[in-house]
Amino acid sequence: MLQSNVKGVTQGFPLGLEVTETEVTEHEFNPEFIQKMIPKLDWHALVTTAKVLEITLPEEIPDEQDEEFLRNLKVALLDVEVKEGTLICPESGRRFPIINGIPNMLLTEDEV
Amino acid sequence: MASNKRPELQAPPEIFYNDVEARKYATSSRMIEIQSQMSFRALELLNLPEGESAYLLDIGCGSGLSGDVLEERGHVWVGIDISEAMLMVSAERGVQNGDIMLGDMGQGLPFRPGTFDGAISVSALQWLCNQDKTSHNPIRRMRHFFQQLYNVLRRGTKAVFQFYPSCPQQVSLLTEAAMRCGFSGGMVIDYPNSTKAKKCYLVLFAGTPPGGFQLPKAMGTDEPQTSVKYERIKARGRARDRRNGKNVKAAPKSREW
Repeated sequence: MLQSNVKGVTQGFPLGLEVTETEVTEHEFNPEFIQKMIPKLDWHALVTTAKVLEITLPEEIPDEQDEEFLRNLKVALLDVEVKEGTLICPESGRRFPIINGIPNMLLTEDEV
Repeated sequence: MASNKRPELQAPPEIFYNDVEARKYATSSRMIEIQSQMSFRALELLNLPEGESAYLLDIGCGSGLSGDVLEERGHVWVGIDISEAMLMVSAERGVQNGDIMLGDMGQGLPFRPGTFDGAISVSALQWLCNQDKTSHNPIRRMRHFFQQLYNVLRRGTKAVFQFYPSCPQQVSLLTEAAMRCGFSGGMVIDYPNSTKAKKCYLVLFAGTPPGGFQLPKAMGTDEPQTSVKYERIKARGRARDRRNGKNVKAAPKSREW
């Protein structure tokens, strides 16, 4: 899911995203939870990543956070899941494959 | 565990938890029950605000049994595990409000600072004490892990680890590593007098929550019992010292005093 894409590796944020397959599952809409997530997000990183997934989010966090905005954000945060793809570290160019919806963040010994 | 041997002594986690072992976690009702019970207790020890869904980290999420418990309570979680087979079982079972990823806790946690409202871990921490590869340095891995855990937790939140320490030194190593990274807290041992029901939980506080913190009470104990035990140990220690001819300070109100 997008969450793990948005959170960066220790060095290098935000992670780039390449998608080959996505899946959409409907989640329950919990406005309080989505609202609570907003301060934790790097908005610009999220907007960029959402574009890859063909979800349009406003460039800035609107002052009036109406239900439509929150619902849209929920789709980006929870519903759309990247099944197959790659996460790319912007600094080192290191690629983390996503297989079956599971990103592989394992590092080799010399990368630790 | 099929045999009585501890799994940590048999093979590295990514090897031990292979397809066969992972399958057991999905089918054995006894395993499921124990795991769910411990996850529930860990969540209880986290003591999250009532009626709010939180964003939680599950370290060593395995086949997602602990995630089920989190979901049941309406939380959204992210799980990390080193065993691909276990994660595959988790993916097959279908996680609803969770994300899973393949990773090694000793390599740190690849999340942004202040992301999580809490962390739980069920039967995983003891693996961190192993040196499964020549390049592994358990102490460095522990420190790295706790440092990053401290970062990814929101200030004032908690992390609860249920684990099976093999010796008291392991506990002190882990707690020391955690304290060095800024955590406070300690061990909660449920049913300490039972060999079977005894369960160890390391409860860590990332920063001080408003109003200070108080370590939750363990189950199956009551205060007077522990203090009596402590007295007895102290007394025994004094008696031993006396036998060894050591110069011991007399206990207050004793005859020597």
